[in-house]
Amino acid sequence: MSLVTAVILLCLLGLIFGAVLGFAAIRFKVEGDPIVDQIDALLPQTQCGQCGYPGCRPYAEAIANGDMINKCPPGGESTVAELAQLMGVEAIPLDDAHQEKDKQKKVAYIREDECIGCTKCIQACPVDAILGASKLMHTVIASECTGCDLCVEPCPVDCIDMIPVATTTKNWQWDLKQIPVKQIQ
Amino acid sequence: MESLFEQVAQGRIWPLQGGVHPPACKENTSGLPIIPMPLPEVLVLPLKQHIGEGGKLLVSAGDKVLKGQPLTEPVKGLSLPIHAPTSGTVIKIEAHPVAHPSALSEPCLFLAPDGQEQWVERKPMAHFCAETPEYLVSKIKQAGISGLGGAGFPAYIKSSSLRNINYLIVNATECESYITADESLIRRSAENIIQGIDVIANIVNPNMILIGIEDDKPEAIKALEQALEHRHDIHLRVFPAKYPSGGEKQLIKILTGEEVPSGGYPVDVGILVHNVGTLYAVYKAVVEDEPLISRIVTVTGEAIEHPQNLEVLLGTPVEAILSHCGFNPGKEQRVIMGGPMMGFTLPHTQIPVVKITNCVLAPAKGELPEPQDEMDCIRCGACADACPVSLLPQQMLWYAKAKDLAKTQEYNIKDCIECGACAYVCPSEIPLVQYYRVAKAEIRTQEQEKRQAEHAKQRFEARQARLAREAEQRAEKQRIAAEKRKKAMASSGASNAVADALARVKAKKAQQAAEQANTAMEPSAQATKEEAKPLTGAAAAVAKAKARKAAQAAQQTTDQVTEQTTSDEVTGKEPSKAPQEAPADDKKAAIAAAVAKAKARKAAQGAEQTHKPTAQTDEAKGPEIQSDKKAAIAAAVAKAKARKAAQQTEQTAVSDSQVLSDEDPSQQRDLSDTHKTQGALTSSTDKKAAIAKAVAKAKARKAAQEQTATFASSISDTQELTDEDKPQRSELSDTHNIEADAPEIEEQSPLSAADAKKAAIAAAVAKAKARKLAKAAEQANDEPDNQD
Repeated sequence: MSLVTAVILLCLLGLIFGAVLGFAAIRFKVEGDPIVDQIDALLPQTQCGQCGYPGCRPYAEAIANGDMINKCPPGGESTVAELAQLMGVEAIPLDDAHQEKDKQKKVAYIREDECIGCTKCIQACPVDAILGASKLMHTVIASECTGCDLCVEPCPVDCIDMIPVATTTKNWQWDLKQIPVKQIQ
Repeated sequence: MESLFEQVAQGRIWPLQGGVHPPACKENTSGLPIIPMPLPEVLVLPLKQHIGEGGKLLVSAGDKVLKGQPLTEPVKGLSLPIHAPTSGTVIKIEAHPVAHPSALSEPCLFLAPDGQEQWVERKPMAHFCAETPEYLVSKIKQAGISGLGGAGFPAYIKSSSLRNINYLIVNATECESYITADESLIRRSAENIIQGIDVIANIVNPNMILIGIEDDKPEAIKALEQALEHRHDIHLRVFPAKYPSGGEKQLIKILTGEEVPSGGYPVDVGILVHNVGTLYAVYKAVVEDEPLISRIVTVTGEAIEHPQNLEVLLGTPVEAILSHCGFNPGKEQRVIMGGPMMGFTLPHTQIPVVKITNCVLAPAKGELPEPQDEMDCIRCGACADACPVSLLPQQMLWYAKAKDLAKTQEYNIKDCIECGACAYVCPSEIPLVQYYRVAKAEIRTQEQEKRQAEHAKQRFEARQARLAREAEQRAEKQRIAAEKRKKAMASSGASNAVADALARVKAKKAQQAAEQANTAMEPSAQATKEEAKPLTGAAAAVAKAKARKAAQAAQQTTDQVTEQTTSDEVTGKEPSKAPQEAPADDKKAAIAAAVAKAKARKAAQGAEQTHKPTAQTDEAKGPEIQSDKKAAIAAAVAKAKARKAAQQTEQTAVSDSQVLSDEDPSQQRDLSDTHKTQGALTSSTDKKAAIAKAVAKAKARKAAQEQTATFASSISDTQELTDEDKPQRSELSDTHNIEADAPEIEEQSPLSAADAKKAAIAAAVAKAKARKLAKAAEQANDEPDNQD
């Protein structure tokens, strides 16, 4: 008798817990993957696609699914370090294929008299930083440009240059090597 | 226990924690009167002389300006105007190195004085007490007054705060060595400074006014006491000299015991601090209606013959000041702008004096401690004792060296005032402040990058949303249009009947053709099969069999047609271009014809295939001749298309090699600008051009094929491509190995079916693709070279 009671009791308990868990699974369902958001927040959001994914978020998803963390040249070593910390893996140097050639920040510049107004660069720009209309000259809004390079390739007349951002007193960085002392006449 | 306010009122002083006692070295200039500096030959006025934004230019080169005339007007944000320090002519406006540690160039206005010192119209106002605070603030703003103590924060912003101000503190501390500019100003114009204090007090209405001064300036203290003899609302506080008690937050702590929260401003605790120089400028602006056009500069150092305090017009080059005071440069002579602790070495002496320049120091060799070789930190903790902000400099150094910016922020590196006390006491000669400056700049950059990243992300997401919305709208439009079409079809049953009848006729024709094909001569069948093979290679067995039959039929019809087809037919269709093209190159034409033949055959094949299934379902019969004729026309037009396309390719190839003279101008115009430029680019390397030509030809051929196929099917009036046709088409693209490009050409071909111009564009696009491929190929070739 006691055996039957125990079995029934256990079954009952099982049912109750099952119902509670089932309810919780629906009621407290987490939309999306929070880790993807966290990774996405660390990426530089240039949307340059140099990682091989069409934008920063797809790469964040790929990392969450186990891709390597060293494929982001605009982020550089610091981003890799942050990602490593977040993902609990060892920081590795940037992938050879994704090694950045020069670190200087650049913005796109359209040589406006050569632009034929094909709108190809406008379609390529991931952040809508290029202004223009069909058969009319285009120009880059420098403050919005992330320097991702994506507009250079589609240009049929090669009129887009990536020019380094000029150093001004505002973005100038202190250098440990002080201004060299020189003879003043 | 008394309240803090009562303690302050009773004159309690809270001694500065930390701090250092560097040699004052003020005796050279402290007793001397202020001498106005004679006009220099040229004044160089940076458009931005303070923290924030520069103003908008109001004058241009060649303009005559009067003394005190505004040269820029403030724009939005922390912006201040600058004024002409004397009357004269604007020579030019161009970039010139400015007073900044980086020695970078910024836009400057060059003014040649005329020596007449002709003022603009002024309205002196002795009784400012009646004016509203808003008017006084705008007056201070229009006079271009920024903090003259060193930081250069616009004075009107500080003063226009709507918060309740408890203490107004006047900073007369001047704690840095060598500098006596404020001291000499107090000795000369204590009364005027008090008036400046009254102006500010009128605006902010503080509960208490305090003047803080160090005890090493007895004459200045005496002057202030005299000026304050009958004033009991202003309290003078004298405290022992110590560096850096002149820092804003340090002075607040010394005089009131209050601490400004980390990352906050004095206003947050109800305190406003102004330098005596600033208050004198406020007096000048409000009472005498003189904008800020000059300031007191201490010129000192052992390399100067006559150290003194000069009243210098803003924009005066340092060189003019030095030569006026007698400058004996030694070996490796340095000229420092600002004091020895917080100033910076000038790259050259053409740098102009700006609103924040309080001292020009030319030390002789050995006068100031030379920067020594940096040694390792011995963790003695002297820096922590010296730090006036109670930070842990050695820890910050540790993490700043390791580039661990997060950790430096944990140690509140942002609260570092860069006073240099830590570096001054460091026995290992470590330039600690330099490390902090680098780390702070990096933190700033990182924060900015983060902001930019966030901004870019928002824009990216907005764009994605827009694209999705547009796609949805397009789909919706298409759906509505399709529904409309369906409705129209349903409403007009007659047209349906016609369509049915047409379909029946088509089917009949197809049946006829198939039958004809079956009875066609046997030997040619073998050859045709082999020709058709690469095209239908991997198709299913059934499709193959059908294709074979179709090919036979096509062979027959095209053979007939090609014999008949002359250029007349082509000219009939494209009278403007073809005839001029045709004689241009016989050989070319021959090749084109051959290619076209193949095209036509394939096209006919496609047509036949679409005929077949309908033929199987419909048994009706039709006139044989009609079918033949139609097929012939189809083949002919297809041929013309193919030839045109081939010509296009040839033509562009020719234009690549720069032989444009023979070409038909209208034809050239058909080519897009894009294409031309590309042509020019491709011609740069012969090899590239050759590859491009070859690939382009292949592309053009493909495009032509697609065209003919669709054209043939449109002739046959079959509404949709049959299932059999599709695999064959993809097969075609496979054989050409340009899968990536196929969809685009396929998209274009239905449109271009009837239009030769479009065919030209197709060819051009094909060429562009080819160019890209060639480029990629070359890059691929280059890369291994680079690695070598």
